[in-house]
Amino acid sequence: MTATATSARSDLSELGRSETALRTFLHGLPGVDQVGAEQRAAQLGTRSIKTTAKAQAIDLAIRMVDLTTLEGADTPGKVRALATKALRPDPADPSCPHVGAVCVYPAMVPYVAEVLRGSQVHLASVATAFPSGQAPLEVKLADTRAAVEAGADEIDMVINRGAFLAGRYSEVYDEIVATKEACGDAHLKVILETGELATYDNVRRASWLAMLAGADFIKTSTGKVPVAATPPVTLVMLEAVRDFRAATGRQVGVKPAGGIRTTKDAIKYLVMVNETVGPDWLDPDWFRFGASSLLNDLLMQRTKLKTGVYSGPDYFTLD
Amino acid sequence: MFEYAPAPESRSVVDIKPAYGLFIDGTFVDPTDGGSFKSINPATEEVLAEVAEGGAGDVDRAVRAARAAYEKVWGPMPGRDRAKYLFRIARIIQERSRELAVLESLDNGKPIKESRDVDIPLVAAHFFYYAGWADKLPYAGFGPDPKPLGVAAQVIPWNFPLLMLAWKIAPALAAGNTVVLKPAETTPLTALLFAEICQQADLPAGVVNIVTGAGETGRALVEHPGVDKVAFTGSTEVGRAIARAVAGTRKKLTLELGGKAANIVFDDAPVDQAVEGIVNGIFFNQGHVCCAGSRLLIQESVADRVLESLKRRMAQLRVGDPLDKNTDIGAINSAAQLARIRELSEAGSAEGAERWSPPCELPERGFWFAPTIFTGVTQAHRIAREEIFGPVLSVLTFRTPAEAVEKANNTPYGLSAGIWTDKGSRILWMADRLRAGVVWANTFNKFDPTSPFGGYKESGYGREGGRHGLEAYLNV
Repeated sequence: MTATATSARSDLSELGRSETALRTFLHGLPGVDQVGAEQRAAQLGTRSIKTTAKAQAIDLAIRMVDLTTLEGADTPGKVRALATKALRPDPADPSCPHVGAVCVYPAMVPYVAEVLRGSQVHLASVATAFPSGQAPLEVKLADTRAAVEAGADEIDMVINRGAFLAGRYSEVYDEIVATKEACGDAHLKVILETGELATYDNVRRASWLAMLAGADFIKTSTGKVPVAATPPVTLVMLEAVRDFRAATGRQVGVKPAGGIRTTKDAIKYLVMVNETVGPDWLDPDWFRFGASSLLNDLLMQRTKLKTGVYSGPDYFTLD
Repeated sequence: MFEYAPAPESRSVVDIKPAYGLFIDGTFVDPTDGGSFKSINPATEEVLAEVAEGGAGDVDRAVRAARAAYEKVWGPMPGRDRAKYLFRIARIIQERSRELAVLESLDNGKPIKESRDVDIPLVAAHFFYYAGWADKLPYAGFGPDPKPLGVAAQVIPWNFPLLMLAWKIAPALAAGNTVVLKPAETTPLTALLFAEICQQADLPAGVVNIVTGAGETGRALVEHPGVDKVAFTGSTEVGRAIARAVAGTRKKLTLELGGKAANIVFDDAPVDQAVEGIVNGIFFNQGHVCCAGSRLLIQESVADRVLESLKRRMAQLRVGDPLDKNTDIGAINSAAQLARIRELSEAGSAEGAERWSPPCELPERGFWFAPTIFTGVTQAHRIAREEIFGPVLSVLTFRTPAEAVEKANNTPYGLSAGIWTDKGSRILWMADRLRAGVVWANTFNKFDPTSPFGGYKESGYGREGGRHGLEAYLNV
């Protein structure tokens, strides 16, 4: 599908220079019909993934997990344990793949970095006054730089929802551009906090805004507001990255986060990726799950598939 | 690549008998003057069962049984008691839904996800809905004490076998009529299982009679002088013949016939959802849908973009084993229907339209047709005028809303239409002008027992579903 729209590729890099151009572009995107989008997402959820396909999906989902702890109570001991689990999720089975990344607060980055050093597991840190994003830009940028200096190679920033909902798109855009610059080589994931954007039209616009400003990934949620990732929101974001690549040639990743707890749910998301954007996105470089409890359910189901029996929760580590 | 492993629904839930008789007066009987025919699985061409072919004498027996039941039991029975039977039937349908879904997919070729998620739930919903009306007929708007008609002769098609049975039987019984129903000859099995459900529900003998057979059996039924009401769903050609046969008699008639619906996409439409609606409009049930959105009218300014999205989406459609839970498009119902789809598709190419199908491997045995679109179609092409009744979409373009209305209405049919736009006022403006019985806005092929359904012009007359659907079975 990479080649479908090469002819239509356009240069959208100038859009960010003017509030009017940005607004005209974002409001010119095709609308999203709520009922239709929810129906499509539900329909994709009825696919039946069994046997070999299930085994393949579970391993892929494990590799896509951003193993996350974002609590006030996080300590060096806690995050070290989590990082250790990220490297070897199932100590009883060396064939079990490692997860995609560990995701923590900036203050915890150095402790995780010690454990992950030399491994292929990425180290993500939230930044930019996570989760509200309500801090002066300088503070947000300092937050970002600190996390990168401490060893994070992925930054999960939050957009300024207040500015977005007030229609100050340039402000949101400029913040993302500045944060991207502060990231240096680190990958930038932009959290839209879709639960606060409320409509799918807003989700589509925010997705494009983030991508235009240089996001490497767009992410649904912080996990700190009542509504986190949902299948239809993720569907709308997948459609956005698909259309963005068709328009610009640049591929952007997607990360649903919050509320995905079961293997069944994770597989529904993988089906959605497969049938919306195709196999190019079925890779930890392009799709991640922001989750914590999901991993143990994936491990349980993986063991069940291999052995034919369910083990109790005590057979999987709690970190 | 993420390949879905086969996920077949088990067919062991359904017990198909080697042979079936006619269901007359509460029991299965052998035909006295008819033979038998075979019902096959269109996905494999395997014979599923031998089914009795009812002759004129059998039809006569069935009509007499229905008359007796009408006069002695069902007609005099209070509405609240009729409701109990209908509620009981609805619940049994829900309880045996898996069995019914598997049997429907085996006999018809439709994917199990559709028989499981659409057909059977709607069947149960229809019985529940009309059960509710049975004791409330004085409040339906047809006078203080509307009376039933008597014996209804009902002939149904093969595209939604059990659902069409429900559309016919539920309102007829709720209003106090008794019925003789003839299912289509390629898909009689779920109707016969429904007969067993009537037995299980202790429905009084003769209230529902099922006479299987082909065109001759249907003719004997609608022409039988003991019938008070004829209801037919099927082709316009047969509908005309029935109208001629019934003309001049006291029989009341409703016809639900063919269609060539326009699905109209404006430049401000939600593109991704419109594409889903286009796919659902024409590829749902292999396009064997009288209200299918078989003519796609796209506003010219967005035609390329919509077509590109549509083709990308069509490449995701999974064609194959109807019992696989991941199948989107199943088998064409019969060799005859497949031949008709092929003939019209070849006419499309010959007349200069451009044909496109996604790469897709079709099974060797059985009747299959890849999802197909024709672009560059004009109003003068046969594929823009004749009902194909298969997974074939004709794509036309328009420039203005007025032109869209003009093209949409320029057909002998008028069953349904679809409008895709973000503008509410335009939806209302269009719906006012479209001569179609059902107009869907930003959706397509949505059915509900509370909503009346029926056509204009050659798509037939009368309404099924909702309060309006009662009128066809009441003496008003």
